[in-house]
Amino acid sequence: MISAWLRQLGKRIDKFLLGILLLTLLLALVVLFSASGQNPERMSSQAVNILIALGALWLFANIPPQHLQRIAVPLYLLGMILLVGVFLFGDTSKGAQRWLNLGVMRIQPSELMKIAVPMMLAWYFDRRDQSLRFLDYIFAAILLVLPVGLILKQPDLGTAMLVLLTGITVIFFAGLSWKVVLPPVILGVIVVVWFILNQGSLCADGVQWQIMRDYQQQRICTLANPARDPLGAGYHTIQATIALGSGGLAGKGWLHGTQSQLDFLPERHTDFILAVFGEEFGLIGNLLLLTLFAIIIGRGLVIAASGSTTFSRLLAGSIASAFFIYAFVNMGMVSGILPVVGVPLPLISYGGTSLVTLMIGFGILMSIQTHKKLVQT
Amino acid sequence: MNARFTLRNTQQEQYSFRIRLGVAAAFMLIFFGLLAVRFFYLQITRYDYYHTQAENNRISLVPTPPARGLILDRNGVKLADNFFAYTLEITPSKVANLDATISALGRLVEITPADRRRFDRLHEQSRDFERIPLRTQLTELEAARFAVERYRFPGVELYTRQFRYYPRGAVGAHIIGYIGRINDVDQKNLADSGNASNYKGSDHIGKSGLEESYESRLHGITGTQQVENDAGGHAIRVLSSQPPTPGSDLVLTIDIKLQEIAEKAFGDKRGALVAIDPSNGQILAFVSMPTYDPNLFINGIDPESWKALNESLDKPLINRPLRGAYPPGSTFKPFVALAGLEAGLREPPFSISDPGFYKLDGSTHLYRDWKAGGHGMVDMKKAITISCDTFFYGLAQELGIMRLAEFAGHFGFGKKSGIDLDGELGGLMPTPEWKKKRFKQPWYPGETVIVGIGQGYTLVTPMQLAQATAILANNGTAYRPHLVSAIQPSGESPRPVVPEVMDQITLNPEHAELVKQGMMDVTKPGGTAASVGAGAAYIIAAKTGTAQVVGIKQNESYNAAALSERNRDHALFIAYAPADAPKIALAVIVENGGHGGSTAGPIARQVMDYYLLGKEPAPAPKPAAKPKPATPPAEEETEVYD
Repeated sequence: MISAWLRQLGKRIDKFLLGILLLTLLLALVVLFSASGQNPERMSSQAVNILIALGALWLFANIPPQHLQRIAVPLYLLGMILLVGVFLFGDTSKGAQRWLNLGVMRIQPSELMKIAVPMMLAWYFDRRDQSLRFLDYIFAAILLVLPVGLILKQPDLGTAMLVLLTGITVIFFAGLSWKVVLPPVILGVIVVVWFILNQGSLCADGVQWQIMRDYQQQRICTLANPARDPLGAGYHTIQATIALGSGGLAGKGWLHGTQSQLDFLPERHTDFILAVFGEEFGLIGNLLLLTLFAIIIGRGLVIAASGSTTFSRLLAGSIASAFFIYAFVNMGMVSGILPVVGVPLPLISYGGTSLVTLMIGFGILMSIQTHKKLVQT
Repeated sequence: MNARFTLRNTQQEQYSFRIRLGVAAAFMLIFFGLLAVRFFYLQITRYDYYHTQAENNRISLVPTPPARGLILDRNGVKLADNFFAYTLEITPSKVANLDATISALGRLVEITPADRRRFDRLHEQSRDFERIPLRTQLTELEAARFAVERYRFPGVELYTRQFRYYPRGAVGAHIIGYIGRINDVDQKNLADSGNASNYKGSDHIGKSGLEESYESRLHGITGTQQVENDAGGHAIRVLSSQPPTPGSDLVLTIDIKLQEIAEKAFGDKRGALVAIDPSNGQILAFVSMPTYDPNLFINGIDPESWKALNESLDKPLINRPLRGAYPPGSTFKPFVALAGLEAGLREPPFSISDPGFYKLDGSTHLYRDWKAGGHGMVDMKKAITISCDTFFYGLAQELGIMRLAEFAGHFGFGKKSGIDLDGELGGLMPTPEWKKKRFKQPWYPGETVIVGIGQGYTLVTPMQLAQATAILANNGTAYRPHLVSAIQPSGESPRPVVPEVMDQITLNPEHAELVKQGMMDVTKPGGTAASVGAGAAYIIAAKTGTAQVVGIKQNESYNAAALSERNRDHALFIAYAPADAPKIALAVIVENGGHGGSTAGPIARQVMDYYLLGKEPAPAPKPAAKPKPATPPAEEETEVYD
């Protein structure tokens, strides 16, 4: 009786993906205990966040993809309205307007857009499935650029970039011609290599790039050489790399990371939690985490590959890619190969909002995985 | 047909999608590989470098300031003490809104307007990243209240600090001096003298008095702690420590009780008193009136108190014994007398018939005696006893300024006494050479005449006058005057300061005895200070003096009543006792006190009575005005110790 009920409850859950996710979340709690300075309040609050996020996962896993497809447009429109609302009446926190106070709760519409934008784009490409023309890609690009622009305006460079990249993956998976895809990729590689080779003269005092704001230029220059500004912009990078590097092969041991425990690391329980992890668990820990992430992404791609509709395939593909992007941007930032942008480490960093968003994504993946037979028949 | 096309199209689409998925997967794998390489680079290749960086990052050397040496009187009474208390300190650069923060703090701890003004003044004088005390000596309750709300106040910290405290307040303030916060000038001096590192953990430094002069002994050696820090520089854990060496205690020659009696004896009069043990140069009392409360200065004086002290006409901040320069007046006469006798002049039974004035040959200018009509027949001894001006006019003239200055120099006139307190002035013993340099004018014979009675250019400090008296009392042996009798390094036995003979003047004992006899008669009936000696259980040798503040024109007589109080003559008095075996020699100056015997003399008598007999002065008929500081000491400071 109970087992039947449990089976019913777990009917739409991908057991393998859930297992990996739970393993990663357990690891997250272990790291958080250390990164929060063994703060029991943080632990219990994150445990509650995890329970809520698992509830959201279950909920979305039980919503069939065709229902999701139906709410894609309203969700996108709602997100846009809220973003405009933030733009007009948003709460300011740490100098940026990201929150919308609805009286009962404060919500962060940019977080919603992480799901709503790929859904909207997948819906659009699904609809135009039979006769995709180049103009459709232009229109999709507009659907993508509008919210990204509003998020950028808050300003929240990190989330804007994540939403943009996720949207681009949808467009890529939808079949954008290689002729369009390859040139920017090649150009990007050339620019990065060129910058690395010429960083000395490009970052010399008084050089103004014109295409970027001064602080953005500083961030990029500091990335190339954190010692330029050891107590300012380079501080995070220097401290994080010291923490990581001093972890060595096996790490200093749980709760024994001097850099992390002694408060050298700013935002050590949120965006920079990887530095704590890497210091205390070393290269072995980092590679383990990369492996867990790779398995999660791989599972997502497998689900995407077997998706039965264009909508579900594109959505699944972009969710898996988004997870990769979040992970890569954060890890790249902490290890000093990407500029410092406010992006948390998925599943590991402290915080409820981004965790719930991620788990909704995984719920959708599970829904796509477990509902496909129904749709096919 | 249509359905088949759709199906094939779907399959083709799915196929192309899977290829793109594959490309994306490969792309992601490459990027994760990039991260893995980066991690390997940081954690394996560069491990040693980052490991060292991490060690340096968290360990720093923190100075531990030493406890400052105490200052004790000769009987072990604490004159400068330390205690520990909470202070609330603000680093302005870390505080967004200073006014809002301070008013919010005001709801947790009491912040008086004076605290606020002092803070503002210190804030103006310091750099933004320096910690500035807002409130000192918080009560336990206040400290606890702040500690609970601390998270609300970034940039505001509660510290346990060592505080200096002068339990006797204004008594002996000019001896002990005070410490104050290290300022830019001090910082530079420390750097120049190579002491900057020893003051890394110190906020205060001696600014005046013995606190300044003995700074290097009192301060001690700063210790260090190897401390594990967080990035904000906050100490988490002490790894190892090199304890500080506390400063040495100073044991003074001063008897604080005697000092207090001497100060009280002045009442509300201005002036100075220095009492020396002639047999070793120890200073027994060192009075500068009015005095002030040194406790006010320790953590920065508030502007009102400073203004009151600094602008007072009574100049309480001046160290009169060291820096007050007065004409010695008739107190100079015993030394002129001795100079004359040693030069073979005026030996008994030589005497003059005093007409009440002296006149140089070929001049009509009359040098008047203080007594119109003169003293009749006057010999050397009587000249001292009755302070005959005419006698000394002629003697000085015959001696000549050079011989007089040279002889007086042995008694310390015109030279620093060499006391172990910084800031001493040397007074002035004029010579033709000096005058030529100073005024580019020749020396006139008449100027020698008035030097004979201690007027003219001659200036002495009370310290010099007391030292000269002590040398005379000691028959020519000059000990270096000193305030510190022993230096006691922490945990060691005291190291006594050995009395140092600075000069040994060869005097004919008969000559010295003659001058001394004259001085003994001063306090006997018929002498100028007969009232001072009245009823004394020991014999006092003394000399009165009066120093003009305003020049009196020819044919004009001095009328004290007609002169405003501040233009009245200064009263001087030198003495030693017991005359047969001197234990105390002293000099007293009462500014605008009129005649030395009547105002300065009784003060000297009270001091000698207590020192020699242990007799405390009877309560004055009128309520003796207690020497009061310009403003009452801050309440918090009296609360703790009184």
